Amino acid sequence: MKVLVPVKRVVDYNVKVRVKSDQTGVETANVKMSMNPFDEIAVEEAVRLKEAGVVTEIIAVSIGVAACQETLRTALALGADRAIHVETDLETQPLGVSRVLSKLALSEDVKVVIMGKQAIDDDFNQTGQMLAAKLGWSQATFASKVEVSDNSATVTREIDGGLETLEVNLPAVITTDLRLNEPRYVTLPNIMKAKKKPLDKKTPDELGVDVTPTLKTVKVIEPPERSAGQKVGSIDELVDKLKNEVKVI
Amino acid sequence: MTTLIIAEHDNEVLKSSVLNTVAAATKIGGEVHVLVAGNNCQSVADAASKVQGVSKVLLAEAEWLGHALAEEVAEVVCAAAEGYSHLLAPATSFGKNVMPRVAAQLDVAQVSDIVGVESDDTFVRPIYAGNALATVTSSDSKKVITVRATGFDAVSAEGGSASIENVSTGNAKGLSKLVSQELTKSARPELTAASIIVSGGRGMGSGENFALLEALADKLGAAVGASRAAVDSGFVPNDYQVGQTGKVVAPELYIAVGISGAIQHLAGMKDSKVIVAINKDEEAPIFQVADYGFVGDLFEAVPQLTSLV
Ligand SMILES: Cc1cc2nc3c(=O)[nH]c(=O)nc-3n(C[C@H](O)[C@H](O)[C@H](O)COP(=O)(O)OP(=O)(O)OC[C@H]3O[C@@H](n4cnc5c(N)ncnc54)[C@H](O)[C@@H]3O)c2cc1C
Ligand SMILES: Nc1ncnc2c1ncn2[C@@H]1O[C@H](COP(=O)(O)O)[C@@H](O)[C@H]1O
Repeated sequence: MKVLVPVKRVVDYNVKVRVKSDQTGVETANVKMSMNPFDEIAVEEAVRLKEAGVVTEIIAVSIGVAACQETLRTALALGADRAIHVETDLETQPLGVSRVLSKLALSEDVKVVIMGKQAIDDDFNQTGQMLAAKLGWSQATFASKVEVSDNSATVTREIDGGLETLEVNLPAVITTDLRLNEPRYVTLPNIMKAKKKPLDKKTPDELGVDVTPTLKTVKVIEPPERSAGQKVGSIDELVDKLKNEVKVI
Repeated sequence: MTTLIIAEHDNEVLKSSVLNTVAAATKIGGEVHVLVAGNNCQSVADAASKVQGVSKVLLAEAEWLGHALAEEVAEVVCAAAEGYSHLLAPATSFGKNVMPRVAAQLDVAQVSDIVGVESDDTFVRPIYAGNALATVTSSDSKKVITVRATGFDAVSAEGGSASIENVSTGNAKGLSKLVSQELTKSARPELTAASIIVSGGRGMGSGENFALLEALADKLGAAVGASRAAVDSGFVPNDYQVGQTGKVVAPELYIAVGISGAIQHLAGMKDSKVIVAINKDEEAPIFQVADYGFVGDLFEAVPQLTSLV
């Protein structure tokens, strides 16, 4: 069975982002960019399913500016077989992305889409659920364990109260949580191999989908800064402050 | 302009996050209705009808709605959505799972995790793990929104007297089924509702050592939380995780023990009223947000704290 893995290019999770002084967004020029960490986990899961003989082909896809091809090369180096870049200079938002992905999921005839639960830049946590809706497929979000058989997948999900296990019919969309796996490191030989793997280019127009964002960002500001307080010399002092200064206990 | 809130519940009890969601809806303006989709969940509808500010409760009961499966719940929500300007749910694992599916079925965008309402179409939401706050406007005919509970003070669970109306459940989609649930049972308060939280990180060293934090928590009537590192190391279950990808909390008092203070962790707790950090590394970034910091070994500090409170 074929698997589609959407990967997003985002500001690296180690970067402390700064808000632009004109309040139009955050500074992304000269900032380290990486694959969204949840998507790395998705690629890893797909590769493991392929190693287990369940999956035959892994197709990575990224929607966005030309530099997304670097992210796709990383996916190929991690073990994806081929890649599709859907190029647009527009800001990508979940609804538009889900439209692109639903077209590709059908044209590529995949049975499973594995993707991140959340992009760590916009923190939307929507695209997988939207894709499942567009396709009318089942969904298993926030997965910490995945088993795939011919016609169904058994997925353990991280929910607020603990864990729950679902059995979902295939085709399905699965979104990854952090504890699903630990992605392997990209090795140099695999980076070299990845350069030879096929990378197709398409545009939203060619796919006949509209990716124009419908949410408009009016402004972006820094959150109220929390200032460092004081160090206490002893636990006695701490308890005294909590009881008498801020009166929280 | 009328808002429909999709209630989170377990077929018996209405979750407190709904009270914060009603608060957000009240800020948007217009009437507030609540949809309860579940199985044998009349008690939830009764509770929802008493919530302050709610004027109508829609009740959809069917056997296949008993487990909050996204495919089934989204179907009911979309069938009920006609005539509503706003569809809201709490930004909990329930709301995050269901609402984007609803939005896509209606072919509209979703505004996730709002912490502020500027007007009926403009909302404030954190991005980049809370390192920036974005104000966004939605031009869609229906606004589908999830609400971060810590952004809105809960309305009263009492005082309302809404009517309850049965609505269509449609047919089961049957795309997925629940196999099992492993819910953490605890006599302590829920993380997102607790007024005091004691949280442990990798510095705790083991799951057994969390007993130290539990003893402190029990004396304070607090909930116990954790960093991702503590969860990944298997010290505590996943539902303890506080942070960008865990739970977002804002208690009166947050005590971080053996937690370094990575931005992803801070994203989940930096709106707490008072933050205390106990860490042996005086350079730990957690001290930059702590109101009171104690530099020292947690294995001495925590038992001492427990004995003094
Ligand atoms: C995409 C993504 C999402 C993430 N989401 C989250 C999230 O939601 N929540 C989250 O918490 N993390 C999250 N993380 C992980 C985060 O980056 C950090 O790795 C994690 O928070 C570190 O946990 P920690 O502070 O417990 O561990 P460490 O950083 O290892 O810190 C342990 C601390 O304990 C102290 N210590 C050790 N022994 C003692 C002692 N005896 N007495 C006193 N102090 C002691 C040390 O000085 C140190 O400061 C995420 C990461 C990624 C990439
Ligand atoms: N522009 C994009 N290109 C490829 N995948 C994307 C894109 N945007 C979102 N995704 C996928 O959708 C997931 C959830 O994103 P979001 O809904 O924006 O939080 C990500 O982890 C990716 O797997």
